[in-house]
Amino acid sequence: MKKKKSSRFKEQAIRSFFFTCGILAILALAGIFIILLTMAFPAFKDISLKEFLGSGRWDPTSPEKAEYGILSMIVSTLLVTAGALLFAVPIGLGVASYLSDVAHWRVREVVKPLIEVLAAIPSVVVGFLGIVLFAPFLGRLFHLGNGLNALNGSVLLAIMALPTIISLSEDSLNAVPSFYAEASLALGGSRWQTLVRVKIPAALSGIIASIMLGMGRAIGETMTVLMATGNARSFPHGLLSSVRTMTADIAIEIGGVPYYTTHYYALFGIGLVLFLMTFAVNMVADIILNKYQQRER
Amino acid sequence: MNFKKTLWAATLALGLAVGSGPVFAQKKMIQVKGSDTMVNLVQILAEEFMNKNPGSALAIMGGGSGTGITAIINGTCDIATHSREWKQKELDLAWEKGVKPRFFVVAVDGLSIIVHEKNPIEKMTMPQVGSLYKGEIKNWKVVGGPDKAVSLYGRQSNSGTYAFLQEHVLGNKNYSLDVKEMNGNAQIIESVIQDEGGIGYVGVGYLFDQNGKIRKGIKVLNVSKDASSEAFSPLDKQNIDSGKYPISRPLYEATNGKPNAAVAGFLTFETGPEGQEIVAREGFFAISEAHKIQNAKNLK
Repeated sequence: MKKKKSSRFKEQAIRSFFFTCGILAILALAGIFIILLTMAFPAFKDISLKEFLGSGRWDPTSPEKAEYGILSMIVSTLLVTAGALLFAVPIGLGVASYLSDVAHWRVREVVKPLIEVLAAIPSVVVGFLGIVLFAPFLGRLFHLGNGLNALNGSVLLAIMALPTIISLSEDSLNAVPSFYAEASLALGGSRWQTLVRVKIPAALSGIIASIMLGMGRAIGETMTVLMATGNARSFPHGLLSSVRTMTADIAIEIGGVPYYTTHYYALFGIGLVLFLMTFAVNMVADIILNKYQQRER
Repeated sequence: MNFKKTLWAATLALGLAVGSGPVFAQKKMIQVKGSDTMVNLVQILAEEFMNKNPGSALAIMGGGSGTGITAIINGTCDIATHSREWKQKELDLAWEKGVKPRFFVVAVDGLSIIVHEKNPIEKMTMPQVGSLYKGEIKNWKVVGGPDKAVSLYGRQSNSGTYAFLQEHVLGNKNYSLDVKEMNGNAQIIESVIQDEGGIGYVGVGYLFDQNGKIRKGIKVLNVSKDASSEAFSPLDKQNIDSGKYPISRPLYEATNGKPNAAVAGFLTFETGPEGQEIVAREGFFAISEAHKIQNAKNLK
């Protein structure tokens, strides 16, 4: 009787411990959101929401007239991210298909962990490669004076998003029940047809989720784009323009801004917009993943 | 309020823990923060000072003049280095927080305008440089160069050099939004070396390689005050001393109130003959008599 009581107490303690851990993560999220909201709020006493989101001119330290439009930074962020996906999705999907369907299992055992190591490269190192390696190369390729542009950032971000996309896509391709493929092959489908028409559609939600997670990483990445994209504040004309993303702007200016000024609060405003963007992307990824798991059950 | 108290308690506890540690007990680190233009120079000055005065310790950080000024106002550094004067807003904020800045001039810089070595242009007027950076001139042929698009390189808004050029050369007008904003002087030079249409502005101390020669691949322009005056090179000390080179500027260090003995020791070293010799060796220019008198007054 006594023994049973103590084990029940232990059970309860462990249960509440894990409950606290779970709650802490949610509290941190809520806390960050509230801080961003309260710190961004005072900015809108001086800046109209229309200027903030609708104007492309950002010049808070201007001696003429301080301007706080972040539209060109939002577009730059989306441009660099879209460019990154343009490279990362086909390559990532190709590598994932190769690993799950073509490669010998010994090859896969070696290659997959190696790809995952790619995710561990610090972003500042990737940015460094961007400055000394890719930028001069792109400059020569497109006959530009310099390669510090959105394309350079996109290529580097693609490299950083690849491990996520490859690893999760390969997992979801592998999770497709083997009788799907067997049925397709038995009906006379080639391996290519089986992969493209059966396995990829069956794993699609997992693949899309992996892309969304890779995209979330690309949107929030700071150091690499700060180093590689040239940081011009003008509205981007294309992938070959020098651009400044929202993350880079916060990183550049937060160190030198006088505290509790409109400029300071406006930086939190950018942070809030960024948070909402990544939150939306992660949310969509989560919903897709959930749907996928339910269907499999 | 409660949170603040906890924070104080935590800081105090940490301070005690660090203070009583055997390693940290002897040395009180002097934190120096600010101008990227000055960071290499002050680093070398600090190393020399530490060699001469065992037991002293300095940590030098860049980040930009604005960063240094913000840091000293917030009490997170002992000396702020800055390549521009304080803005009224910053002075107000300092007084509000009880920080009473004192200023010392440690060197003089000739802000240099650089282009790619293949650019045939040799000289420009200050208004021309201003027009380029305001984005009014987009092609080199307007200022007598080749038919090539101008590619602007500059610093970020927390840089003193950015603010100095904006005030003195752009006449307090906005920079073009097309300026590619680099992390520091060195990155501007590296970019201009690769870019045939490039133009950049850097502190004179960054123009030289390890052997004291001008970096390969760049050309330093002679600058005149306006179209009717003669153009001078920033590389000649006489042009700086006489004020003939139109965009030279003092490089400052600021302390909060009267510097304590350790900080004063370093400032005296920097502005004294040994320090000024290093300043000249690193490509900057020695301070004038007027600066010396001002420095001495602020040390007391």
